[in-house]
Amino acid sequence: MTEHWSRLALIIGALAISAPATATPPTAAMLSNACAACHGTLGASAGAALPTLAGQDKDVIVDSMREFKSGKRPSTIMGRLAKGYTDDDIVAMADFFSKQKPHRPDQTLDATKVTRGKELHDKQCKRCHLENGKEGEDGSAVLAGQWLQYLQIQVDDYLSGKRKMSDKMAEKVKPLSKDDMDALAQFYASVK
Amino acid sequence: MTLDRRNFIKLFGSASGIALAGCSGAPAVSSGSAAELMTKTGRRVVVVGGGYGGTIAAKYLRMLDSSIEVVLIERNKTYVSCPFSNYYIGGLMKDLSPLTISYDKLAANHGIKMVYADVTAIDPATRTVVTSAGSLQYDRLIMSPGVEFRTEEVEGYDANTPNVIPHAWKAGEQTILLRKQLEAMADGGTVVISMPLTPYRCPPGPYERSCLIAHYLKTQKPKSKVVLLDANPDVVSKKPLFTKAWNDFYKDIFTYVPGKKVTKVDAATKTLIVEGLEDHKGDVVNFIPPQRAGAIAVKAGLVGPDKNWCPVDATTFESTIHKGIHVIGDASIAGAMPKSGYSANSAAKVCATNVVALMNGKETIELSGINVCYSALNDQQSISIAGVYKVAEGKIIAVANSGGISPTDFSTTKLEHIYAESWLKNILTEMST
Repeated sequence: MTEHWSRLALIIGALAISAPATATPPTAAMLSNACAACHGTLGASAGAALPTLAGQDKDVIVDSMREFKSGKRPSTIMGRLAKGYTDDDIVAMADFFSKQKPHRPDQTLDATKVTRGKELHDKQCKRCHLENGKEGEDGSAVLAGQWLQYLQIQVDDYLSGKRKMSDKMAEKVKPLSKDDMDALAQFYASVK
Repeated sequence: MTLDRRNFIKLFGSASGIALAGCSGAPAVSSGSAAELMTKTGRRVVVVGGGYGGTIAAKYLRMLDSSIEVVLIERNKTYVSCPFSNYYIGGLMKDLSPLTISYDKLAANHGIKMVYADVTAIDPATRTVVTSAGSLQYDRLIMSPGVEFRTEEVEGYDANTPNVIPHAWKAGEQTILLRKQLEAMADGGTVVISMPLTPYRCPPGPYERSCLIAHYLKTQKPKSKVVLLDANPDVVSKKPLFTKAWNDFYKDIFTYVPGKKVTKVDAATKTLIVEGLEDHKGDVVNFIPPQRAGAIAVKAGLVGPDKNWCPVDATTFESTIHKGIHVIGDASIAGAMPKSGYSANSAAKVCATNVVALMNGKETIELSGINVCYSALNDQQSISIAGVYKVAEGKIIAVANSGGISPTDFSTTKLEHIYAESWLKNILTEMST
């Protein structure tokens, strides 16, 4: 290549470099990776009060985010964050996390409560929280392997009325005591 | 699409004969004599700094494209988190182990090559990093060097000053020193904290520190006092919340004094002098100096006209001064995103995503970022600020009608204290595994 050509090439290069960059809109991964500092890499949470999102049912994430956004579901920080996303963003993030490998960490649990929780699950919950809570169905959350502390916070919110249950869940929970609910949380946390 | 060197070469067929600085196989650097540490065979990104930004950049680069060699250069074998170090200072944490990470698992899990060395020079022209262990060639360089202190602006501040008047604004020995001084102080003593004009690392950090030191003194040494000298004219972060905490919890023990820029220190008498006018003497003095981008960023000529911080592209975090070098974390000017650990984490992912895109000749992807930052008010209550960020007209801005601070009635502080601990666990796990 002659000097002339190399100089021309440099000029073209410089022009292209200084031209305003066009970038594509945020992808699902771009949107979702920002959540990982609180919810763990690819949604596998390491902090017991913050839920694992990896492998959660897509519709459940979409519903939660919309309810955080509207204030229907109580939150500390999630409402403020959810307001930063469009409905399309939320669907993209829900899709991303629902496709990640489930994360079911070892937890310190009460074996008696786990056994009791399993009985209650079989009696009251298994028709919606399928496969011991490994599968979501019709808006029911994947609960298997979720952090106990997170589940307990949800139980508190449900029982205090801060978080509203769906009608079908309310009917099933009605005969259960707080201890029963705690046993259920222990059971779901135990599922591998 | 931003035209990258690789795309440029692709477009013009061959690099040979094009007098383009920074082609691989460049001659030995002129700015350093260190021998080459690792020969570059394929595509390589070098990351400088193993903190909140650098670890995440290295990890996500490898997650996104494992064909790119990633070398992470860090001075120390372990890293102590600044976020939550106020817990230790306030006596809420027995030791620094919950804040300390090492790099072994991160490196093994993702195939990151660790180099424990000091970076002594960077040559953007030949795309070379010179370290105390030898030099390295790169295709792209990601710098996450944190901050250094502008101590030359403070009269009387010398190398020994922080041994007497700790800054405790880089976690580790300094954190321990400040705690020791607080423990040694007699009941009835005065603690003076001084904070610089914004921008500085961790906007709510000094206010959180004032609360946790006040909490310690209130419970252990109730005759003592805390004074916070703020160089800013008003509280710059979470104002309604910190103001309420000071009033509700620490009224008898704490004094906030805005508009007090410390310009001189006297370590011998533990005295801070404001604009040459008034003296503030303390039994324990915590002086947080003004800051700028980490020394190596300054040395590499990456700071902008303000001479302090590194201007970058809002999509790629590529330096607007030196092509091929990206700057993330506290050292960079990231628009509306604050100088926080979470911001650095978020920026690192955006940067890694776009470095991979550029190196593969793909279109870059617009930033979507988050900041979440908790501050403890005492041993049971915390507050937060959150933000979602996007790019508009080439600038990083906060998404309208989102984000913000905790409710000012403190109705969520106990729950947020619990979430804060899980925040720490998750973000440090992200960095170390």
